[in-house]
Amino acid sequence: MSEHVSPLVRDADGTNDRRPGTPRRGSGFLDGPHRLPTTPSATVGPYLAIGLTWPDGADAVAPGTTGEIWLRGTVRDGNGDVVPDGMVESWQADPAGRFAHPDDPRGSSSTAGFRGFGRSATPGGEYAIRTLKPGAVPDGEGGWQAPHVDLSVFARGLLDRVVTRVYFADEAEANAADPVLSGLTEQQRATLVARPTDDGYRLDIHLQGADETVFFAV
Amino acid sequence: MTGTTSSGDGGRLALPRYVREDAGARTPVAFPDYRSTGLRAPLRTPVDLPHRLTEITGPVLGEDRVAPGDADLTLRAGGEAQGQRINVFGRVLDSDGRPVPGALVEVWQANAAGRYRHVVDNWPAPLDPHFDGLGRVVTDELGRYEFTTIKPGAYPWGNHHNAWRPAHIHFSLFGRAFTQRVVTQMYFPDDPLFGQDPIFNAIPPAARHRAVATFDLDRTQPDWALGFRWDIVLRGADQTPFETDDDGDVA
Ligand SMILES: [Fe+3]
Repeated sequence: MSEHVSPLVRDADGTNDRRPGTPRRGSGFLDGPHRLPTTPSATVGPYLAIGLTWPDGADAVAPGTTGEIWLRGTVRDGNGDVVPDGMVESWQADPAGRFAHPDDPRGSSSTAGFRGFGRSATPGGEYAIRTLKPGAVPDGEGGWQAPHVDLSVFARGLLDRVVTRVYFADEAEANAADPVLSGLTEQQRATLVARPTDDGYRLDIHLQGADETVFFAV
Repeated sequence: MTGTTSSGDGGRLALPRYVREDAGARTPVAFPDYRSTGLRAPLRTPVDLPHRLTEITGPVLGEDRVAPGDADLTLRAGGEAQGQRINVFGRVLDSDGRPVPGALVEVWQANAAGRYRHVVDNWPAPLDPHFDGLGRVVTDELGRYEFTTIKPGAYPWGNHHNAWRPAHIHFSLFGRAFTQRVVTQMYFPDDPLFGQDPIFNAIPPAARHRAVATFDLDRTQPDWALGFRWDIVLRGADQTPFETDDDGDVA
């Protein structure tokens, strides 16, 4: 036992001595970063439509904008059944690769009518977001990320949102160089790549099963 | 707060990193006693996604999402909702203790009898013609929000025999980054139904109190409404690289 440990403190040892000058007391400064603990998440439950429905929710870009596409997909559970009471939210860059946000260090998106955020309930198990195909986005280290959309999935039976990304099948070259896709197996990558359709792209989301979508911890 | 800086050397960006709570203090996606998680919560371990531009930005939503009267849920369709009138208020902060101004807060809840105005909710409690259960506000410059509503009732559900949800208000929040997004539920103090509720008990024990509002006599309005305070903490941004060379010298 250290000679600095107070004999006046019951069970004192080098780790809990509370005299002035120890890390626990008296210096006036914290010995680690002071952080407030965050509020824990909870499920949206079955009635999310009451609070989270917007008339223009699906419109990440204003209707009628040149180049608009629909990003669609079905959300399925571990039985392969559709999830008809969930919600998908999307967040993405504009075709120039810029975000409609002041923290984009290159300047906010200048694409008229572009919000970059879509919110779609999944009636019948399907989400649908009206948007523009995003451009490539810097990866922050001198390289590029392939065009992508971040998705959050919320539903009864999910105690927190789950996060995934949509990439585009017709961007093979950019996808091959993407730092996120590069870290995944071929089979994992396939769960994130949307295929072209008549009016845009489609990516189905599998919450579980052999084709379980790759979800990300952010 | 932006914390975002461009060093200008060929596209290298110094971006903030939003701190994530340890897994032991976060609600897990799956919890076996909450049976619906069984077929819906993903089974594979999520892949770590470093925070890049897409994750450190997020939708800018404000007053255009809010209609007059959205902060007072007790007046709908020309009349007063039934039930115990309450004020629910607090601050939205990040984990560094900074207020989050301009944050959209969306709430939804059951009526005083525990019934939601939703086609799927058909348990035999009365609907209230003057209550739709929807509220929205944007936090002020100090991160404060306030709703006037009625205390929601408990309601039964099919999770297990004699299962009842404790009274709760659903909250949905946007900070300023994709990583800060959270949807959660606020509970009322000392609810006897906590012990049997798997959604409440899915929260790790040490974090459960953060989901429970506090009765506030000072904010209780005489002859009008009870006050309940609930502060909400979103993830904060870690230090930028420019703040790390602290030599411990304090002037
Ligand atoms: Fe509920």
